[in-house]
Amino acid sequence: MTRKKDELDTPQLNRRHVLECMVWAGTGVVWAVNGGVPHSVGLIGDALAAEPKGFTFLQMSDSHIGFDKAANPDALGTLREAVAKVKAMAIKPSFIIHTGDITHLSKPAEFDNADKVFGETGVQIHYVPGEHDIIDEDRGKAYLERYGKGSKGAGWHSFDDHGIHFIGLVNVVDLKGGGLGNLGPEQLAWMEADLKGRSSSTPIVVFAHIPLQVIYREWGWGTDDGTQALTLLKRFGSVTILNGHIHQLAQKVEGNMTFHTALSTAFPQPAPGTAPSPGPMLVPADKLRSLLGLATINVVQGNKPLAIIDNTLAG
Amino acid sequence: MGHQMQMLIQHLRSWIDRMPISRAVVLAILTGPIVGAMLLALASARAQDANAVITIDNFTFAPPELNVTVGTTVKWVNHDDIPHTVVEKNTTFRSKALDTNDSYSFTFKTAGTFDYFCGLHPHMVGKVIVKP
Repeated sequence: MTRKKDELDTPQLNRRHVLECMVWAGTGVVWAVNGGVPHSVGLIGDALAAEPKGFTFLQMSDSHIGFDKAANPDALGTLREAVAKVKAMAIKPSFIIHTGDITHLSKPAEFDNADKVFGETGVQIHYVPGEHDIIDEDRGKAYLERYGKGSKGAGWHSFDDHGIHFIGLVNVVDLKGGGLGNLGPEQLAWMEADLKGRSSSTPIVVFAHIPLQVIYREWGWGTDDGTQALTLLKRFGSVTILNGHIHQLAQKVEGNMTFHTALSTAFPQPAPGTAPSPGPMLVPADKLRSLLGLATINVVQGNKPLAIIDNTLAG
Repeated sequence: MGHQMQMLIQHLRSWIDRMPISRAVVLAILTGPIVGAMLLALASARAQDANAVITIDNFTFAPPELNVTVGTTVKWVNHDDIPHTVVEKNTTFRSKALDTNDSYSFTFKTAGTFDYFCGLHPHMVGKVIVKP
């Protein structure tokens, strides 16, 4: 992981390292921030031993409550296991970011069950919808009624916590035939206005369901106008992009941007191009929990780059 | 001559269209192998038309391109473990989310080319060409 270092940037170096990698722990990635400047507690392995101080948050994704097919007949059960891991954490995360596909079919009972189990964490949850969350009759109304308070459009929103600016984007609505995920001009204009006037040294975390960068076009794993969003983020010293949708870990560091996708708590999906389709991957029952998980992200003072540690439900 | 031939075929076709396939089989046996085979082909093509099915397996519409005549009802059936939708490019038709083994039907009342896709996985595309 190399980064360009110029004199102007040197005072910001610590901030620039912010969120560069993430700490996966158990079923999530924990982030921590001290004194407004996020750093990692350590690299893989260290994080579990070290008690994170300061600010931590968690990423959970693709719960697919209501899914009951062979790949995992009990998606609610595996979510309960993930939530039990959250409850058992020595230091509670400040909040959880959910990167979409809370439910499988946007049914009221599915949302109810998800809310009930997530509620047991006792932690605030910031959601963005996945394509499975907006397939009710009114195409997204059910989602917005539950989670859309204070959001714009189809549910996009931003907030600040511990000096980090968080932006939740929606790239699953108004999709075009033959295309990929879509943000749309209205959301991009909102995002531009949202970032305007913010100092370039503000660490940014963007979260959305479908990966913003194209991971595998043939399976639709990317966002058509994602590069426009990334262009808006270019001037910032530290940008972390958290996505779901592909039910597997993928990580890439490009300049000051770190891209990261999370595991699902419901079922795994195949690696790009390794199967006839991106549908649920059937694995032996004793292996399933090693492919499900959540991400814990720690950002604390230190001089190591942040690390992402993935702990699965089996771990 | 060509016009007369066309009229004859059209006439024959509308006559076959009103005929149950069982009678076409009987007629085929009576008329002998060549004419009989032609009659059967026409009759079964008509039967397919009226009952066209597009399946969804592995995030793919099959057949990807379907030719039908006006008045045909096309049924999409989802065989995947993941829900899909069927959305025409200009929203001439749009299905609800189809869970496993759910289906959606649309009757084409006008001729034309209808490009459609899955509203959840838009890389899944298909086409129905409707002839008069």
